[in-house]
Amino acid sequence: MRHDVFIAGFGGQGVLLAGNLLSYAAIIEGKNVSFFPAYGVEKRGGAAMCTVVIADGNVGSPVVGAPSVVIVLNQTSLDKYGSKVKPGGVCIVNSSLVDTAHFSRGDIEVIPIAMNEIAMSLGDARMVNMVAVGAYAAKTGAVTLASLAEALKEALPERNHRFIPANLMAIEAGAEKIPG
Amino acid sequence: MSKRLFVKGNEAVAMAAVEAGCRYYFGYPITPQSDIPEYLSRELPKLDGEFIQAESEIASINMLLGASAAGVRAMTSSSGPGISLKQEGISYMSGSELPGVIVNISRSGPGLGGIDASQADYFQSVKGGGHGGYHIIVLAPSSVQEMYDLTMLAFDLADIYRMPVMVLGDSVVGQMKEALVPHKRPETELPPKDWAVRGKGDGEQRVVKSLYLGDGELEAHNWKLHAKYLVLKEEECRWEDYETADAELVVAAFGSAARIAATAVIMAREAGMKVGLLRPITLFPFPEKAFFNVTQRCKKVLDIELNTGQMVEDVRLSVVGDAEVFFYGRPPGAGSLPTPEELLEQIKKYY
Repeated sequence: MRHDVFIAGFGGQGVLLAGNLLSYAAIIEGKNVSFFPAYGVEKRGGAAMCTVVIADGNVGSPVVGAPSVVIVLNQTSLDKYGSKVKPGGVCIVNSSLVDTAHFSRGDIEVIPIAMNEIAMSLGDARMVNMVAVGAYAAKTGAVTLASLAEALKEALPERNHRFIPANLMAIEAGAEKIPG
Repeated sequence: MSKRLFVKGNEAVAMAAVEAGCRYYFGYPITPQSDIPEYLSRELPKLDGEFIQAESEIASINMLLGASAAGVRAMTSSSGPGISLKQEGISYMSGSELPGVIVNISRSGPGLGGIDASQADYFQSVKGGGHGGYHIIVLAPSSVQEMYDLTMLAFDLADIYRMPVMVLGDSVVGQMKEALVPHKRPETELPPKDWAVRGKGDGEQRVVKSLYLGDGELEAHNWKLHAKYLVLKEEECRWEDYETADAELVVAAFGSAARIAATAVIMAREAGMKVGLLRPITLFPFPEKAFFNVTQRCKKVLDIELNTGQMVEDVRLSVVGDAEVFFYGRPPGAGSLPTPEELLEQIKKYY
């Protein structure tokens, strides 16, 4: 099986951490992964994007033209990457910040999730990336939630391990938005 | 088997340097390679090594020259403009027959350019970027694992041939994270460094220099260097050959471009086209024979690079006379990385 995904938002939304987390989970599952980041020179507020490829065999190109899934956390990312989703693919949208009224693609599945509201209800809007990762894992089965839980220990620096329980709740909340 | 790690290509370079016994690093920060000095500034002091952030790139290459002349394994790393500044020192090291590892995680240029992936430093790397007519060994990794393996190899080749070795990457292989299985430094028979400078004491005087003023001295020295380059062409060419046996078109690409091209080749195969990939791993010595051999049967080569055409010149010089060599490339810059789909279109065009 091969899974490729774009995760895109603005700097500070945790786009790169989301990609890292997914990658660590895949490594834990014994899969091959490439994580390729692309971001501006700004610390916060610029565009942030990463491409993650998860494969049982060779991952091949770390650069992907038409991914099977795109996760968009802000409006600019939808405008930039929404058109790239492979026909038959999925676009997971942070509907708290993204208006999909003018985004019409009949050949893909659009899944709007109010990620900011969910993250805030769990205590911190910064967990929007965890909600997104949870939804992605539940939708695609690329990695299991158990691996993601394990991967948090690797993806987060030691000093932030106290936030793991809250992050796990955010991952689960995202996963619950995907009908079983 | 050791644990599979998940690391950046740049970190893999630094880890391999430590495993290869390099304890001296001299450099000056520049994106997109700063993870290398960051890692080594943390690790080398713990190993009784020395990490020096020099005042400039010129200072750091000359510190590398000095450390190497003293007989230790040492390295420097930089990117684009910084590597340009180091060229004088690389020429001096080549003239003085000094080993040393130089990592170039290229930026897009010319000038200050940008931080995006680029292969526009091919000419500078393989054709002798400094003055005086010399070559250095150039290795082009295309994965995080190869960043590790080839950095380790770079130190051995440098010691065996007594010359600088460059690891040439870009932000794709440098910033990308992949699984890495670290391994022990392979046991290699290395010549003794009986040329290294030392205190005078009672022993012989040893001088490391690139200045040869005696009648006929410099010509003889240049012929000696030239002979070494011929040995390299015979002994040290490395390349990867993928599905070329029955190919009607062979794609040539190195480093990050080869990663993208490999997927395009697989897509072409899935579409029923007989396409293969020939990926030079050593850019100098260039795997001329591999291109000659493959083009005895297959008469179409499509060279793909992240520039407007550099390695393609070496491909053209290497193929059998009646083979056609096509080129597709994009000059580097934000948003200019080609996708596998884009390369597949090019394959279809020339197939």
